Amino acid sequence: MTPGKETPGGRSGPDGATISPERAPILTVRGLSKSFGGTRALVDVSLDVLPGEVHGLLGENGSGKSTLIKILAGYHAPDAGEIRIRSTPVKLPLAPGQFRRLGMDFVHQDLGLIPSLTVLENLRVGDLAGRGRLYISWKRERLMARRTFQRYGLDLDPRARVAELSAVERALLAIVRAVEGMRRSSAQAHTEQGLLFLDEPTAFLPRDQVDRLFALVRQIARSNAGVVFVSHDLDEVMAITDRVTVLRNGRRVGSVRTAQTSHGELVHLIVGRELQGVEELPREPRRERPLVCVRELCGGQLQRTSFEVHEHEVLGLTGLVGAGYEEIPYLLFGARTATAGELEVDGRSLRLDSLTPSRAIAAGIGLIPADRQRDGSVGSLSTTDNLTLPVLRNYFRRLALSWSLMRRDAHRLMSAFDVRPPDPALPYAALSGGNQQKVVLAKWLQTRPRLLLLHEPTQGVDVGARQRITRLVREAAAAGTAVVCASADHEQVAALCDRVLIFTRGRLAGELAGDEVTKERITARCLMAGQG
Amino acid sequence: MTMESEGTPAADGTATEVGAVDEAEGLEKTVRGRRIRAPRISTLLGQYGLLIAWAIVVLFFTLLPGTSQTFPTAGNFATILGSQAVIVILTLGLLVPLTAGDYDLSVGFTLTLAAMLVAVLNVQHHWPIVLAILVALGAGAMVGLVNGAFILFFRIDSIIVTLGTGTFAGGLVLLISGSNTISGVSANLVDWVIVNRLFGIPLEFYYGLLLCLVMWYVFELTPLGRRLLFVGRGRNVARLSGINVNRVRLGALVTSGMVSAVAGVAYAGTTGAADPTSGTQLLLPAFAAAFLGATTIAPGRFNPVGCLVAVYFLVTGITGFQLLGAQSYVQSLFYGGALVIAVALSQIARRRQALDTGG
Ligand SMILES: Nc1ncnc2c1ncn2[C@@H]1O[C@H](COP(=O)(O)OP(=O)(O)OP(=O)(O)O)[C@@H](O)[C@H]1O
Ligand SMILES: [Mg+2]
Repeated sequence: MTPGKETPGGRSGPDGATISPERAPILTVRGLSKSFGGTRALVDVSLDVLPGEVHGLLGENGSGKSTLIKILAGYHAPDAGEIRIRSTPVKLPLAPGQFRRLGMDFVHQDLGLIPSLTVLENLRVGDLAGRGRLYISWKRERLMARRTFQRYGLDLDPRARVAELSAVERALLAIVRAVEGMRRSSAQAHTEQGLLFLDEPTAFLPRDQVDRLFALVRQIARSNAGVVFVSHDLDEVMAITDRVTVLRNGRRVGSVRTAQTSHGELVHLIVGRELQGVEELPREPRRERPLVCVRELCGGQLQRTSFEVHEHEVLGLTGLVGAGYEEIPYLLFGARTATAGELEVDGRSLRLDSLTPSRAIAAGIGLIPADRQRDGSVGSLSTTDNLTLPVLRNYFRRLALSWSLMRRDAHRLMSAFDVRPPDPALPYAALSGGNQQKVVLAKWLQTRPRLLLLHEPTQGVDVGARQRITRLVREAAAAGTAVVCASADHEQVAALCDRVLIFTRGRLAGELAGDEVTKERITARCLMAGQG
Repeated sequence: MTMESEGTPAADGTATEVGAVDEAEGLEKTVRGRRIRAPRISTLLGQYGLLIAWAIVVLFFTLLPGTSQTFPTAGNFATILGSQAVIVILTLGLLVPLTAGDYDLSVGFTLTLAAMLVAVLNVQHHWPIVLAILVALGAGAMVGLVNGAFILFFRIDSIIVTLGTGTFAGGLVLLISGSNTISGVSANLVDWVIVNRLFGIPLEFYYGLLLCLVMWYVFELTPLGRRLLFVGRGRNVARLSGINVNRVRLGALVTSGMVSAVAGVAYAGTTGAADPTSGTQLLLPAFAAAFLGATTIAPGRFNPVGCLVAVYFLVTGITGFQLLGAQSYVQSLFYGGALVIAVALSQIARRRQALDTGG
């Protein structure tokens, strides 16, 4: 078949997939391009999403995935290209909110929730803003919201402020909002062929929630809608998608059927070269003297937890959701106040119930929080501003901050951590999600902490960068830092940690060390502990 | 893109995301660490628009038949520069809590309180002027402390608290003055504020200029200025980076209280008297200048130099109209109108930019 030529039986998409008339794509994107200043975020990208299909959108950090999605949401105006939805051409740029009339909805990478408003207001924001209603019956709305959450098996208080929710709850709220929005708007557009875009929805989610999300996604696809799914976790991609499209530096490098490809082939497509396996760093033998001691830590869900971390050691903390382990980094940093406990770092003893972040920093502790949007860095300020914040004192010479030095060092750090583009003047918010994460990591690793606390350090980070971050953390450990890493991602824990503590319901339930530290063993122990 | 937490003043005069603004700006500047093209017209307009508008206003009154005799004179420029130093000082003080993310509506009343304390102690109780000034500054610091205590300890919104303490201070003024204007403040003070001149301009002007320079230095070149900015833009990020957020916010409020008191002392020196209502009329000009100033020089940020430009832009226009013989209502028309129009214009410039860069 000649590409591009219409033939009676069907025609071919840009990726060679045969498209029969009854399965005409819901979404057709042709020649889409977009630059920001001199950065070419998208170059001549084409994409088809078929009815009933879960379409993976893959690529390294900064390859243009979110930009593509944001153009469809009417957030960015493209430079060139055309878009058809259910074969009807759409005028570009899309007006804000127009996507609703077209039967689309989105979970954006930053979730797009308004933290200062309530769960209910966030859930209904599109709907309330849109129509010319005379008044809103909040009581009725609350009831309906409760029912909606129940249907998705969620326990969320509609009156709670989003700022007070946990990261997991916020992600779930955004997902429910998008699914509901898509169903409602496609019903109004009299079509079952809606479109749902999920931009790294699983980055915040623990394993069991991911499984539930996948069940939901499959159900949506069965109803003949299309789902576009972005994730850096290739196992997830292999599990849920029917086809994938891979972007590299803003260009489409290929589309493949998931069933006809492999993990390795995807990595090759994404990275453009073979990725050598993570070099096995020698696991350091345990020293006599532990560098960090945590004694009788209580706080949040945790009950009297004690453990030690040795010099050069990376200690993993994991468990099922609600096990409480994810609070430990914040409690040990004073970001959240513990009710009791003691922390000893390098012979210096700190009381955990009166610990503050500034005291923790003074004691040589660094924290890399999971929520980089809220806690990591300020989006409206430049990467130089953000990177130099914890070390400003070093740049205050002869009674003035040396901006040239700050910019030079920021640039150096960004290059060392492979932040792309390594432009120190760029506002932090203009970096892609994975690159933002690298900046936060760089911000703290430059202080050479004695104890480094990590929470989901490679969340939203692409395969290549994930290896790089793993190596950077291991190097920091080799240089003498004690590292504590809380993560629900067992693969990541296995790749990073020398020893793993497993938690259930706020208590320590087990320990794996040495050769036992494998993804399978960790998952098995978590499940076992959860039942026990 | 991060959302600002509730109640944080956005420097562009809207209560929406601050991120969008700077984002477009920063992208214009560099890509991959080097400048790729000359800054666009719209960027320049955004940055220096107010300076250009100021030049146009000056030119307008210089050429206008009705004012071409009276406006472009050395005496008039000296008046423009000298007489408005009080607003300059007041606005500069206000910038500090605004940058840290808190509104301070009490500055106008604090100014009045300080001026009145100077007048009452010096004129009625015959205290030495220096002592009276020290007490006035102390009172300003007190107002700031009370503001801080309520905002931080009880976690009340800064608008409400400062409106309350301001009104309270206004009541104190009426109490100590018996609702009268008190004149006859020490000639020493008057000399040092408005009578003595350098290059024909009253000393007062140089005090404002000096304060502006000091603030520019602190904002741009010290770690303290960085901390202030981070506290205003992202409280959580600041806290987790080891900044004592409450101390910074308290310090900002005490600073604005004390600087308002300095403005009050300058006010007493300018008029040689204190009246119980003057300060309230200065509140709007101060806010207008702060927000207008945030649209220029370093757009999207409250900045001292922009604020200086904004004050003198507004005052030049008002003086011109008054020379034309317009009544004093012109002042209100000008402050109110200029604020809204200028902010709107800078928004339009930004929106165009946002489309260009996709922000
Ligand atoms: N508002 C913006 N201003 C300037 N550059 C931007 C902006 N948004 C994105 N970019 C740039 O465009 C490129 C593509 O970014 P995009 O967010 O689409 O990446 P992504 O594929 O979603 O990455 P990630 O996996 O890290 O989320 C990046 O180089 C990014 O720095
Ligand atoms: Mg993205």
